[in-house]
Amino acid sequence: MTMVEQSQGLHEDAVDLGGRGSVSDYIALLKPRVMSLVVFTAAVGLVMAPGNQHPFLSFISILCIAIGGGASGALNMWWDADIDAVMSRTKKRPIPAGKITRAEAFAFGMVLSFGSVLTLGLVANWFAAALLAFTIFFYVVIYTMWLKRSTPQNIVIGGAAGALPPMVGWAAVTGDVSLVSIALFMITFTWTPPHFWALALVKNGDYQDAGVPMLPVVAGETATRHQIVLYSLLLLPVGMSPYLLGFATEVFGVGSAVLGLIFLGYAVRVWRIREGEPAKKAAMSLFKFSLFYLMLIFAGLLAENVMGLV
Amino acid sequence: MSKQKAVLSDEQVKARRGRSVALAVTLAVLVAMFYVITIVKLGPGIMDRPM
Repeated sequence: MTMVEQSQGLHEDAVDLGGRGSVSDYIALLKPRVMSLVVFTAAVGLVMAPGNQHPFLSFISILCIAIGGGASGALNMWWDADIDAVMSRTKKRPIPAGKITRAEAFAFGMVLSFGSVLTLGLVANWFAAALLAFTIFFYVVIYTMWLKRSTPQNIVIGGAAGALPPMVGWAAVTGDVSLVSIALFMITFTWTPPHFWALALVKNGDYQDAGVPMLPVVAGETATRHQIVLYSLLLLPVGMSPYLLGFATEVFGVGSAVLGLIFLGYAVRVWRIREGEPAKKAAMSLFKFSLFYLMLIFAGLLAENVMGLV
Repeated sequence: MSKQKAVLSDEQVKARRGRSVALAVTLAVLVAMFYVITIVKLGPGIMDRPM
């Protein structure tokens, strides 16, 4: 709201009228980098799903999932503005930077949430829409409002929200859940803890200052390193599951095994190097490789399906 | 009750103009999108309805 009438007698600074946010600030609220991951994984789920959906409807379905993911990001920033203001990684976000008010971010997030869910229901089916609504609910209410500030297992359980988009993409075509879509879910779900804990090791001070009970803050860095290795071990077979379950070729099987072993190698390096700057570098290397890993796994599945190899 | 108008800064005016353009473009895209969705979903059946 930019041009409002205020009752005389109220102090002008009493209410922040907002209206300073530019279009790019609103785009930043959508967490575009997270959105790109959502779009990519959802597209893979959609392409792998059996059935014929008109390409235009597929495009709109992906758009809805992307907007729904973005809306979750905006609502996350609405709720977490106090934490974001303390952490170096997030203090330049639109709300702590004073460009967008919390009320504006909330309204933006809610409008996009309802808009994306309703449109997906009309374009694809209401099961996919319900799954998208659940994804938004899970990320905003279960993860952001509840788990994030109350348990070091926050990102383990909360990771489910980030892992759901391929299932929504699959459901947009088929209207159901299957072993394949559950396998796609499990890949991102298992990948999330070592990915985030690697970052948490680097940004431990930030999380401590903000009072967020991330695993390194609560259980210590050593326990976090053990957990990273354990989850990386688990990720090896889970990453290969598309091949093991018979919906990817041997090439994918070998490729995912190699990628999983490299991932495990980076995790072991994080476990071994525990002091000073080299330890932070090792954690940052794992964090960067984890992004590369997920992208390649899903790109491999996408390529095999587009080329008709499976 | 007498009322007082808030005065916008240049920065706010510029930001509002940008948002207005973005909203207009979004609305136009939504109209076109729902038009095409209707055609695609109904196909030839779009003309086949009880009058």
